[in-house]
Amino acid sequence: MRLATKYLGLDLDNPLVPSASPLSREVDTVKELEDAGAPAIVLYSLFEEEIHHEEAELNHYVDIGSDSFSEATSFIPTPTNLVNGGDRYLEHIQKLKNMVDIPIIGSLNGITTGGWINYAKKIQEAGADALELNVFYLPTEPTLSNNDVENIYIDCLSEIVKQISIPVAMKINPFFSNLPGFCKKLEDTGAKALVLFNRFYQPDIDLIKLEVSPVVHLSNSADIVLPLRWIAILRDQLKIDLASSTGVHSAEDVIKLTMAGADVTMMASSLLKNGPKHLGVVKENLIQWMDEFEYEDLNQMRASMSLNNVPNKNAFVRSNYIKMLNEFKPLR
Amino acid sequence: MEKKMVTIDGNEAAAYIAHKTNEVCAIYPITPSSNMGEWADMWSAQGKKNIWGAIPSVVEMQSEGGAAGAVHGALQTGSMTTTFTASQGLLLMIPNMFKIAGELTPTVFHVSARSVATHALSIFGDHSDVMAVRQTGWVNLASASVQEVMDFALISQSATLKSRLPFLHFFDGFRTSHEVMKIEQISDEHIKSMIDDETVIAHRQRAMNPNHPVLRGTAQNPDVFFQARETVNPFYDAVPQIVQETMDQFAELTGRQYHLFDYFGSPTAKRLIIIMASGGETVQSTVDFMNEFGEDVGLLRVRLYRPFSMTHFINAIPASVEKIAVLDRTKEPGALGEPLYQDIMTAFAEFNQNSSDSDKKNPLIIGGRYGLSSKEFTPAMVKGIFDELKNDIPKNHFTIGINDDVTHTSLKYDPSYTLNDENVFRGIFFGLGSDGTVGANKNSIKIIGEGTDNNAQGYFVYDSKKSGSTTTSHLRFGKDPILATYLIDHANFVACHQFELLNNIDILRYAVPGATFLLNTPYGKDEVWFRLPNNVQKQIIEKKLKFYAINALEVAKKTGMGVRINTIMQTCFFSISGILPPEESISSIKKYIQKTYGIKGESIVNKNFNAVDKAVENLIKIEIPDIVTGIEEKASVVPNEAPDFVKTVIAEIISGNGDNLPVSAMPVDGTFPTATTQWEKRNITTEIPVWNSDICIQCNKCALVCPHGVIRMKIYDDDLLESAPETYKSAKVRGKGWETNEVYTLQVAPEDCTGCSICVEICPVKDKSNVSLKAINMENQVPIRESERNNWDFFLNIPEVDRGRADQMTVKGSQLLQPLFEFSGACAGCGETPYVKLASQLFGDRMIIANATGCSSIYGGNLPTTPWAVNKDGRGPTWSNSLFEDNAEFGLGFRLTIDNHIDYAKDLLNRLKNEVGDDLVEQILSADQSDEPGIYEQRQRVDILIEKLTKINNSNSQQLLSVVDNLVKKSVWIMGGDGWAYDIGFGGLDHVFASGRDVNILVLDTEVYSNTGGQASKSTPLGAVAKFAASGKATNKKDLGMIAMSYGNIYVAQIAMGASDAQTMKAFMEAESYPGPSLIIAYSHCIAHGYDMAKGMDQQKKAVQSGHWMMYRHDPRRIESGKNPLMIDSKKPSIPIGDYIYNENRYNMLKKLMPERAGALLDEAQIKADERYNQYKQISQNDIIINKKELVS
Repeated sequence: MRLATKYLGLDLDNPLVPSASPLSREVDTVKELEDAGAPAIVLYSLFEEEIHHEEAELNHYVDIGSDSFSEATSFIPTPTNLVNGGDRYLEHIQKLKNMVDIPIIGSLNGITTGGWINYAKKIQEAGADALELNVFYLPTEPTLSNNDVENIYIDCLSEIVKQISIPVAMKINPFFSNLPGFCKKLEDTGAKALVLFNRFYQPDIDLIKLEVSPVVHLSNSADIVLPLRWIAILRDQLKIDLASSTGVHSAEDVIKLTMAGADVTMMASSLLKNGPKHLGVVKENLIQWMDEFEYEDLNQMRASMSLNNVPNKNAFVRSNYIKMLNEFKPLR
Repeated sequence: MEKKMVTIDGNEAAAYIAHKTNEVCAIYPITPSSNMGEWADMWSAQGKKNIWGAIPSVVEMQSEGGAAGAVHGALQTGSMTTTFTASQGLLLMIPNMFKIAGELTPTVFHVSARSVATHALSIFGDHSDVMAVRQTGWVNLASASVQEVMDFALISQSATLKSRLPFLHFFDGFRTSHEVMKIEQISDEHIKSMIDDETVIAHRQRAMNPNHPVLRGTAQNPDVFFQARETVNPFYDAVPQIVQETMDQFAELTGRQYHLFDYFGSPTAKRLIIIMASGGETVQSTVDFMNEFGEDVGLLRVRLYRPFSMTHFINAIPASVEKIAVLDRTKEPGALGEPLYQDIMTAFAEFNQNSSDSDKKNPLIIGGRYGLSSKEFTPAMVKGIFDELKNDIPKNHFTIGINDDVTHTSLKYDPSYTLNDENVFRGIFFGLGSDGTVGANKNSIKIIGEGTDNNAQGYFVYDSKKSGSTTTSHLRFGKDPILATYLIDHANFVACHQFELLNNIDILRYAVPGATFLLNTPYGKDEVWFRLPNNVQKQIIEKKLKFYAINALEVAKKTGMGVRINTIMQTCFFSISGILPPEESISSIKKYIQKTYGIKGESIVNKNFNAVDKAVENLIKIEIPDIVTGIEEKASVVPNEAPDFVKTVIAEIISGNGDNLPVSAMPVDGTFPTATTQWEKRNITTEIPVWNSDICIQCNKCALVCPHGVIRMKIYDDDLLESAPETYKSAKVRGKGWETNEVYTLQVAPEDCTGCSICVEICPVKDKSNVSLKAINMENQVPIRESERNNWDFFLNIPEVDRGRADQMTVKGSQLLQPLFEFSGACAGCGETPYVKLASQLFGDRMIIANATGCSSIYGGNLPTTPWAVNKDGRGPTWSNSLFEDNAEFGLGFRLTIDNHIDYAKDLLNRLKNEVGDDLVEQILSADQSDEPGIYEQRQRVDILIEKLTKINNSNSQQLLSVVDNLVKKSVWIMGGDGWAYDIGFGGLDHVFASGRDVNILVLDTEVYSNTGGQASKSTPLGAVAKFAASGKATNKKDLGMIAMSYGNIYVAQIAMGASDAQTMKAFMEAESYPGPSLIIAYSHCIAHGYDMAKGMDQQKKAVQSGHWMMYRHDPRRIESGKNPLMIDSKKPSIPIGDYIYNENRYNMLKKLMPERAGALLDEAQIKADERYNQYKQISQNDIIINKKELVS
């Protein structure tokens, strides 16, 4: 139990929770992750937008051309028992609950209150142990205020926690004017954990086709610095759980983030690159490191280097940059 | 037992009983019966059981002939078996029908009666098909309404088992098959009560079984055949009694009593009409109305037509009857009269022959034809017939409903005569196919039919175009039974769901004074009145209409409904029609929205709910001024320069006045002029493409893919620009071979475009300063309509590019050639027509086309206007459609004639050498016509020859003149879809392959029966959902190309324009030049695939990239030079097949229906695609090349 931690009220054997990724689409892979030591799993995200698009598309193309021509009043058999992406997701939860013993955390991605509530309830009913709300709203209107944007998140969360009883984590992005202030609001609204941070497709430009082509890059260990900083800053100001979800590839990454204050250190890119068994390798290396440096358990190191627990607090904020400049010695 | 009321159409009513009372359904789609098979298939797919607790097997066959064969076989082995068909389909069943009857086999065929093609195809209803099989020995039972369809379907099923004779249960195509009506659904208990299980078991006991073997289908000789044929007589003699007893049994259960002949009207009637099927409804309501006004008329409905029971017939007619008009919905040219008339005459004659003088009945009997091809049959016509019977010598062999000014058969009648139907709500709704009007109205009928105690009826009329089609919905509601099998022409509610229609159709002529008028308009409350055409304003004022308006499109867009205004207009209808209390109507609409869309997802339901609420908020009542301020309408729908036939005939049909055309206006043999779509300016799109001459690279791909031939380009002398309109564009010509003073113009036909935007999608150029713009971009049509119309007219007057100067092997060059296929009514973004158009550009001036029935025959040959066109010399494709099943043979016949006439012409030429001159004869006989210049020169020579021949006065010259055209190379094309080539026509196609004759076969492969609504063909791919493959097609697509290649001497190309237009070009040129059978299988994206047609070409590319669609050419000529004939034009599959198929709803549907099965079929499809590529590659690389020269040496 040296690696044990608590997250969203769940007692976890270790902090290496596979985060939302395609790995959780197959039951067999989830089973492999469990066998490799995963203490819980966050399922791939159910995208509200995708479901609506799927429904609208189906409706459009079933209707198109129907009742337009004497000989062909329709072009496709009338559907009677359709399973949409949402239904498949719920079935998947039920199936996983029967197949694995670890807690299942559902993941919802959306921005409208209506869509959230409905599916959040269904995910709870399907047996999920907790729910992660994965929100990414990109404001493009200059007339929107910071509060307007924050309220989109707050309103969603507020409605959800009123409607369901399982704990809710909020997965957010780092692009807020005052991230601690916003996170506090989330805590006050009822979030039981924050997941830092979500990682989305980003636009790129194809110079031959002159098209914007969305890409997603897998993370690497260097990417932990962003969540590391914010977990260290937020840890001492929030009571709720904190999860890191970017750049965890090695035991060292886990240790650093735990020292900053993370309750769980979620993994996705490294598992996608190296396969589910990599989780076991990290876990083993983690124990070895703890043995080598004589740490009894993770709790001993957790938040040992949070903002309040480091001698130079400025190391996590702006002075960090200054310090680096001061230490810089140009080559001669 | 509580009655269950349902609101369904005739086809569903028939299918309901058929599915409950059968074990096997073998079917083949044909309009208007296809839906019956589709219902049965769907119910079986859903696991619905028959009354014995088993799920019927529904099997789609390759033709109706095949279906009949399968039915016959299933019957012989003891199954309760049925089928559904019509028209040509029924005719294909005739051989089996004789057998089935001859073997005393119980079955019911349900037939939605439809015209048999004669001078033209028609999908609409009459009895010519049923009457064409009356000699087969089947019992014929006619239904007149949707309720009767359900009732008689069951009575037939029961009686066939009792009598052992097969039943043909028929009802009128469209009028009954597609009419939606509130009826009582027969319960399972009643169905079970009607079907005597002992008769079912007896049927099984007669079946073939090795445990008690029999032999059926012997060959008999003159000694016994005749006697054996007479053995069946007692069975026929027994039928009338059996049917009547069955009707009586049915009446005891349901309360609905029928008789073999049902009399309605005055018991002392002096004048009588005898009629079968739906026309009887109209006659009955007219008889009742007339008798209320003191007339003494009656109606005899014939239910059981075969066997014709003279006794029952005579007994059904009141003794008072003095004059009878017998109405037939068919025409039997050359006969003494139509079938029913002749039967009635015979019945009276035979009755009188066997009666004493005092018992004899001698009414005056006349016969007449009505309602051919769903021609309207109205109370006014019925009144006209009864009036005619008042004459001392009424006209016999009359027609009603047309103006026969040639042989003067038609009766005159007063078309303004109507019945008193004030208690009936009569609504007429005009919309577009794309806006969902019909669907909404079908829902409205259900809401009213099932939610109130009103009777309800809906009938829907569509125009003949597949793009931008106009729909008209006719809805009747009322407390009394609705006996009105005719369209509404005096409505108390008129709705126009598309503002533009006000300019094309006189919508308000249907409104009675005081009626309500609902308009969807883009204009606001204060503006709408002033935007109305003059005639509309005038009628609103004069008829004191209540006028409501809504900007439904705006509401639709705001509520996420897109262009579907159905829910919004439906809500408005309920809000102002007063049929239901407002709150009840809203909750009913929402209930049906949940029922209709619930399965498609909550977001769809919510959008529709929102649309309902917003519709109520946005509906406005318009105050009506008392003066007319509108714009005068166009005088004619076609321009003055149109040919006379177009102005006097085609224009009338376009205007919706075709019913008024007299017989003399119509061609006597179905021959019509080509090139008529150019006169019908439809203006069906809101956006059209506009050329950016500055950045265009003149690749001409936009024109190549344009399905409607609206994008044209010309290169011409810049002097011509002097008189160009102000906004006319041109650009310096790019590319070699053109003079410096020549310029290039790309011009769009603004009023013919359907707005599909496939041209924009294919354009490879992006504006370097704004990549959202291309060298061709969609813009609003209305602001530029007039200027672009002028530009188009100017462009047309510029000379066509000299065919010799355009490099026809290239896309760019081919698109400089005039398309001789233009502005068809095909779907917007159609994937077939670009190939058809290309063929017309390359070979059009010498093309002769056999076109299989299907989409291409409809957009190619459906009136009012047709797209096959002519060049400035008057030459162009000559086109004909024979049937669905015989197209390859039909086209081969063309070739046989041409070859024969070539030989004959050559022979005559030799005979006329002295008169014509040796040199000219020699030049003509030895001409090389392998390319365009060679053909051009030969044409010149033949012109000289013709001139000479006209001056030679002997029989050889006269004979030669009649066949001389064949000396210029003709290009025979056999076109059709995959339903024809893979299924119903495959036998003939295979034979044409084997003939070795020089024909070009173009298969427009949409992988589904597109024209009849998406039924699976043998071309349908593995895993695709289609009708009759509701759980995804489980078998692989047939490899037609491989079959053809196996002959060795056939040119075969499989092409996909969107993947490689260059390969498409090569294939067409090579196929045409190959001196034997050539087959091109062209991937054609289709509306039935379920995705945005604008992306069709891109999806074609993905089909090829994924390996689903192999591109190749197999040219036997290559063997001569020692090469493998097969050239693979596809690269190795480079994307997973899922990346291709899951862009299409036909595959996505299965993922949503059965995700695991979809996954398994996807895996299998991937394996098949990889295997196919490897197999083809291997064949193309096989070292089995035979060099004939070497062999010889």
